[in-house]
Amino acid sequence: MILTSSQISAPRRLLGLFAVLIALTAAVAVLGVILGMVGSFVSNGGSTVSWSFLSEFPRNNNTEGGIWPALAGTTFLVLLMTILGVPVGTATAIYLTEFAKQDSWFARSVRFAVNTLAGVPSIVFGLFGVGFFIQFMGNGIDSWFGTSSFGDGSLLWSSATLAVLTLPVVIVSVEEALKAVPRDLREASLALGATRWQTITKVVIPNAVTGILTGSILAVGRGAGEVAAILFVGVTYSSEVLPGQVTEKFMHLGYHLFVLSTQSPDVDKTLPLQYATTLVLLGLTFLLNLTAILIRSRLRKQ
Amino acid sequence: MAKEYPVKIEAHNFNFYYAAKQALFDINLSIPERRVTAFIGPSGCGKSTFLRSMNRMNDLIDGTRTEGHMKIDGVDVYSKDVDVVTLRRRVGMVFQKSIPFPKSIYENITYGLTLNEKVSRADLDAIVESSLRKSALWEEVKDRLHNSAQGLSGGQQQRLCIARAVAINPEILLMDEPCSALDPISTGKVEELITELKDTYTIVLVTHNMQQAGRVSDYTGFFLMGSLIEFDRTRTLFTSPAKRETEDYITGRFG
Repeated sequence: MILTSSQISAPRRLLGLFAVLIALTAAVAVLGVILGMVGSFVSNGGSTVSWSFLSEFPRNNNTEGGIWPALAGTTFLVLLMTILGVPVGTATAIYLTEFAKQDSWFARSVRFAVNTLAGVPSIVFGLFGVGFFIQFMGNGIDSWFGTSSFGDGSLLWSSATLAVLTLPVVIVSVEEALKAVPRDLREASLALGATRWQTITKVVIPNAVTGILTGSILAVGRGAGEVAAILFVGVTYSSEVLPGQVTEKFMHLGYHLFVLSTQSPDVDKTLPLQYATTLVLLGLTFLLNLTAILIRSRLRKQ
Repeated sequence: MAKEYPVKIEAHNFNFYYAAKQALFDINLSIPERRVTAFIGPSGCGKSTFLRSMNRMNDLIDGTRTEGHMKIDGVDVYSKDVDVVTLRRRVGMVFQKSIPFPKSIYENITYGLTLNEKVSRADLDAIVESSLRKSALWEEVKDRLHNSAQGLSGGQQQRLCIARAVAINPEILLMDEPCSALDPISTGKVEELITELKDTYTIVLVTHNMQQAGRVSDYTGFFLMGSLIEFDRTRTLFTSPAKRETEDYITGRFG
C-alpha cells in the first residue's frame, strides 16, 4: 500500500483549502465584530462612566448629568419582572415535566404555546401589554376599586409585559433543570411512600435549584436589555424622581439610549453619554450572564 | 408450590402492558411470607416489570396498564380503593443503582419517616441506629451520620438504601438487582444481609446472577419472554427443573 502519494486531485485539494479559509474568515469576522463593538464602546464611553455618571440625574434636557434614574428604573423593572415571571414559569415547567402526560393534547398545546411565545417579536408583546394589562386589567382594577392609577403605563405593567416575554426562557431552562434530576432519585423517594408533591418539593426542586436560578438569571438578562416591549407600557424619557410606587412611570437604560440618540436637541453633544450608557447596559447584561455561567459551572463540578 | 408457608403475595392471571406492547403474560404464583423469593431470567424477560408491579412503581410510566390480580395479604393492589402511598410504605424497594439522596446519612434514613408524621428526635435517633444495625452499616458510619451519604462507597451506599427502606418498617422488601453494580465483597455483605432480613421481611429479589439466587433464595421463579416458566423451591428448580427452558437457562445453554 502506498501511503505517501495522495489519491486526491489538485483541484479538489484547492477546493477543500478554500472551504476551510471561508469558514475561518467567518469565525474571525464574528470575533472581530464583537471585539470592535466592545472596544469602541469602551474607548468612546469608558472615560465618561464615573461614580457621578452612575449616581446623578440627567440635566439640561438629557444633554448633561448621569443616568441614575434609568439605572434604578431598569433594576426595579427587572426585579419586579423576576418576581412576577419566574414563579409562573417555574410552576409551568413543573407541571410539564412532573405531572403532564408527555404526549397528552394539553401538554403538547402548552409546549406549542411556549415555543410560539418565544418567536413573537417583542414589539407585539408591548402592544399586548397595552391591550391586556393597561386597558383590560388596569382599567378593570380602576373601575372596580375606584382607583385611578392602574389604567396607565407603569412600572408594574412594564414588568408584567416583560414577565410574559421572558416566560419561554424561564420555562425551557427550568424544564431542563428538572429533567436533569435523575429518575432514580424520584423513584427512590416515591418507593419510600412519598407523594408526587413531596417528591417534587423535597427531592426534585432542591436538586434542580441551581438550574432554576441559572434560568431565571438568563431570563433577567434577556429582559434587562429589552426596549421595544416596554415602549408603550410605562417607560418615560425623563423623570425628576425615582418611581415611588409600582404604578408610576420609570426611566430605563435602553430607552434612555434611544432618547439620547434620537430625541435630544443636540445629538452630537450627547455622544459620549450614549457610549457610556451603552457600556453600562452591556456591562449589566454581561454581569448577569456571567453569574449564570458561574452558577452553571459550579453545578457541573458537583 | 409454597404451601409450607403462609402466602404473602399472590399473582393471578396477571398481564402487563407498556402501551400496546404486552410485557407479562398470565402470571400465576404465590410468594411465601418471610422467605426470600428470587426471579431469574434473561434481560427483558419481564422479571423487573413483575417486581415493580407489586408496589405499583410502573404507574409512573405513561401508558402502562394491567389485567388480572396482584394481591398482597389477599387485597388486590390495583383495586381502586388502595392508597398507593400506603402500599409503598408497606412494600419497600431497593433499586439496582444505589442512589442515596444528596443529603446526610442520617437524613437519608429519616426521609421516609418524617414525610407524614412528626417523630421525636429521640425516636429518630433510635430508628436510625436500628436500621443501620439491621443493614450491617452501623459500625462503619456511626461516627459520621451527619456527613453526606455520597461520600460512602458503592457497597455502603447500597446498604444505606436498604437501611432507608427498612426504616419505615415495611412488611415486604423488593430488591431489583441490588448487587449488579457491586464488587464481590460488597455483594457478599448484601447477600448476608438478605439472609438475615428474611426473618422479619418477605423478600423478593430480581437478579441476573443465578449463583446469587441459588445462594440466598428459598424459592425461585424463572421468567422467559414475559411468562413465568417455572416456580419452585430453589433447590428443586436448580437441581431438577421440570421444564426444558429452565434447564437450558440454568445450565448456560442460552441467556
